Amino acid sequence: MSEKILLEMKNITKVFPGVKALDDVNLKVKEGSIHALVGENGAGKSTLMNVLSGIYPYGTYTGDIIYDGEECRFSKIRDSESKGIVIIHQELALVPYMTIGENMFLGNERGKAIAIDWTDTYVQADKYLKVVGLNESSHTLIKDIGVGKQQLVEIAKALSKNARLLILDEPTSSLNEEDSRALLDLLIRLKGEGLTSIIISHKLNEVSYVADDITVIRDGHTIETLVKGVDDISEDRIIRGMVGREMSDRFPKRHGVEIGDVAMEVKNWTVHHPVYTERKIVDDVSFYVRKGEVLGIAGLMGAGRTELSMSLFGRSYGSGISGQVFINGKEVKMHSCKSAIEHGLAYVTEDRKGNGLILSNAIRTNTTLANLKGVSNLGVIDADKEYAVAEEYREKLRTKCTGVEQFVGNLSGGNQQKVLLSKWMYAEPDVLILDEPTRGIDVGAKYEIYNIINALVAEGKSVIMISSELPEILGMSDRIYVMNEGRIVGEFKGSEATQEGIMAAIIKSSND
Amino acid sequence: MKNSKVLTYVQKYTMIGMLILVVAAFSIATKSKLLLPQNISNLISQNAYVFVLATGMLLCILTGGNIDLGVGSYVCFIGAIGGIMLRSHIGIVPTALAMIACGILIGMWNAYWIAYVRVPPFITTLSSMLVFRGLSNVLLQGKTIRIENKTFLKIFGGGANCYIGTGPFAKKLCLIVGIVAAVAFVLLTLRSRISRQKKGFNVESFLAYIIKTAAIAAVIIFIAWKFYKYKGLPTVLIWLALVIGIYAYITSKTTIGRHFYAVGGNEKAAKLSGINTNRVYFLAYTSMGMLAGLSALLVIARFAAASPQAGDGYELDAIGSCFIGGASAYGGIGTVPGVIIGALLMGVINMGMSILGVDINWQKVVKGLVLLAAVIFDVVSKKKNS
Repeated sequence: MSEKILLEMKNITKVFPGVKALDDVNLKVKEGSIHALVGENGAGKSTLMNVLSGIYPYGTYTGDIIYDGEECRFSKIRDSESKGIVIIHQELALVPYMTIGENMFLGNERGKAIAIDWTDTYVQADKYLKVVGLNESSHTLIKDIGVGKQQLVEIAKALSKNARLLILDEPTSSLNEEDSRALLDLLIRLKGEGLTSIIISHKLNEVSYVADDITVIRDGHTIETLVKGVDDISEDRIIRGMVGREMSDRFPKRHGVEIGDVAMEVKNWTVHHPVYTERKIVDDVSFYVRKGEVLGIAGLMGAGRTELSMSLFGRSYGSGISGQVFINGKEVKMHSCKSAIEHGLAYVTEDRKGNGLILSNAIRTNTTLANLKGVSNLGVIDADKEYAVAEEYREKLRTKCTGVEQFVGNLSGGNQQKVLLSKWMYAEPDVLILDEPTRGIDVGAKYEIYNIINALVAEGKSVIMISSELPEILGMSDRIYVMNEGRIVGEFKGSEATQEGIMAAIIKSSND
Repeated sequence: MKNSKVLTYVQKYTMIGMLILVVAAFSIATKSKLLLPQNISNLISQNAYVFVLATGMLLCILTGGNIDLGVGSYVCFIGAIGGIMLRSHIGIVPTALAMIACGILIGMWNAYWIAYVRVPPFITTLSSMLVFRGLSNVLLQGKTIRIENKTFLKIFGGGANCYIGTGPFAKKLCLIVGIVAAVAFVLLTLRSRISRQKKGFNVESFLAYIIKTAAIAAVIIFIAWKFYKYKGLPTVLIWLALVIGIYAYITSKTTIGRHFYAVGGNEKAAKLSGINTNRVYFLAYTSMGMLAGLSALLVIARFAAASPQAGDGYELDAIGSCFIGGASAYGGIGTVPGVIIGALLMGVINMGMSILGVDINWQKVVKGLVLLAAVIFDVVSKKKNS
């Protein structure tokens, strides 16, 4: 591997009104390497990449960008792209109702502006699809392929722009383990062909796996750069750099939580797809959860876990639902979210921005939304009481904000998740279904969420935790179900489960 | 930190500032004619229908930037029914009730398709706009019906004597009502401030509170004074106070009101929080129909006639007032007081230009640009904030 430095960012300082987002940050990326950028949410990783790609134009920051030996002053994204610096954002920028080929050359069309050369478009598209190893026709619509494949299309799109330096912001955050691994292997393969990449990720096991160098950013400062083969790049070592202290245990222990009677039992639950009604999404699932128990549901993306929980929660997903639900031994029928809430069920969505929070509203109104009855009298809201409730949960969950009147949209991911939890805790449920409760939030905030989960079961509530991160499932659950292709394919005691055991259960069921 | 605080303060009170600015500018341009007692009184009477319709439109807009394009047609159609009933010497109460009921029915017609069949509101109400415009012409056979019933006119704010009370008492009443309203306002805000302080909540600084309260009390007394100098309190003020008061209360203090904001802010999240989102849409459009009914009462009284041209372009006045008054075109944001200020702003601009003798076509140009400017300001300031 050559030791030539492709990119150097020197003494970058970027100030937003009231905050210094980046303070004298330095970054050196070697040509033909994979460089990981890690740090807690709000540490400044994305800001740094936005400076690099010209989203924050030259003049709005101080410091120098030296790329391929020359100083660069980008004033827009096009400037950086013309040099071969391409950024792929966490939220994919693909148009669902256009084909792969159309998407790939969107804004960069083949042929002339008044006459697009479609033959060339699709020939080129197929060529790049081959490079990234995606076995789809370039005429396929984006909406018809999964997220994992969409991510590959984004990379193919970047390559079609003659990328030399590829920046990936949380590329695997919505991918399952299998697709993530494939993506990372692709990056390693492309590295062999000379492509340099910068990868921003919260998934430290992936970072350890793929990166040659790891730069840790904390509170707008570069803390250190770890080099593979020279420094220790284990997960624990990286976490220490990120949080600035030793995290002896990533999962807080529960002490003396008594596991009681069965709180909810589901029998023979079957759910069909809402549009393609002949397709079974959840197939004859039976399970139970006890009081004071953390029940983990493991599985790959698309295993039907979210669909299972949403269909249980007031039939908010699916069609042709059949099966029985028992709460405290009594059969209940929940046909709307309202009745589900009344029966003591809460579903904390995996998609906090899309399905969970009202971003344009204050923390106060979000906190009480699922239980407005609690703060109102005959339909009239007691503003003072509502304020007190919001304030209580802000303190209890230690939500970082300027006050409960702050808009939720202005909070970091971890704090948004806390507001979402506040809302459902205030609804006073007995059974909480937490769907990917720590997705996209940093290590410190994750730890706090785990503490909240522990506090909930200590009160005798039941928590069903859906997660695609196996270490989290293993670290937190008293009991684990494994779901695959809409069926429950395994059950483990928390103390006996292993990653290998869970994966084996999934693979075995897929082969059947 | 300080700067951003000032910015949010400025944003919160921009439209009030704009209103003061526009009033000041037109006062100078018209050599104080704008603030003549007669003009102040007319400003309220002429724009009564806008206040009512805009308040109703706010609920529709809150649900997600949805509008009701048909309100002008409903006003015309319901007005036609009222005109025919009064011509047949049917009593005032049955006529008024029938008109309101008719409004509710029209609202429910739209609301059903929008809420339960999920036909886009734009299409549904575009259809209703055509249907009811057509039906009004059918009912009236293209002719205007004069309304002779003096009591009807007086109750709903039309005709020559549309003021509360008679003789010198009418004028004295203005001052009494004005002073009572101002004092009640001061006492109510003081009470809530003290109770919040007792519970240990943050309250704004005492100086800010004094300035704000004194300013609002002064405006109330000033307007009452103007009414006193003219002929007294317009009867239409009662209807306005009723509608604005009730809707301001519902949107800011009740759970139903909160549901409107939640659905507009994020419908999926609202649904998963146990809110019946279909019902929210249904209520918004039904209420719009009901207020169109009330508006029709005010309009036929004001013109003392039910005409097939009535209500033309009213939907745009109502929608414009909402957006100028700070409602978000994406839903979830907006307040009744904001919308009233928006409507006042439009009203003042209209009246100021009319006094100045600006050509009616140019007035439209100015109004259109004001609307665009308000929304541009909203969009730009939000961008800066984030």
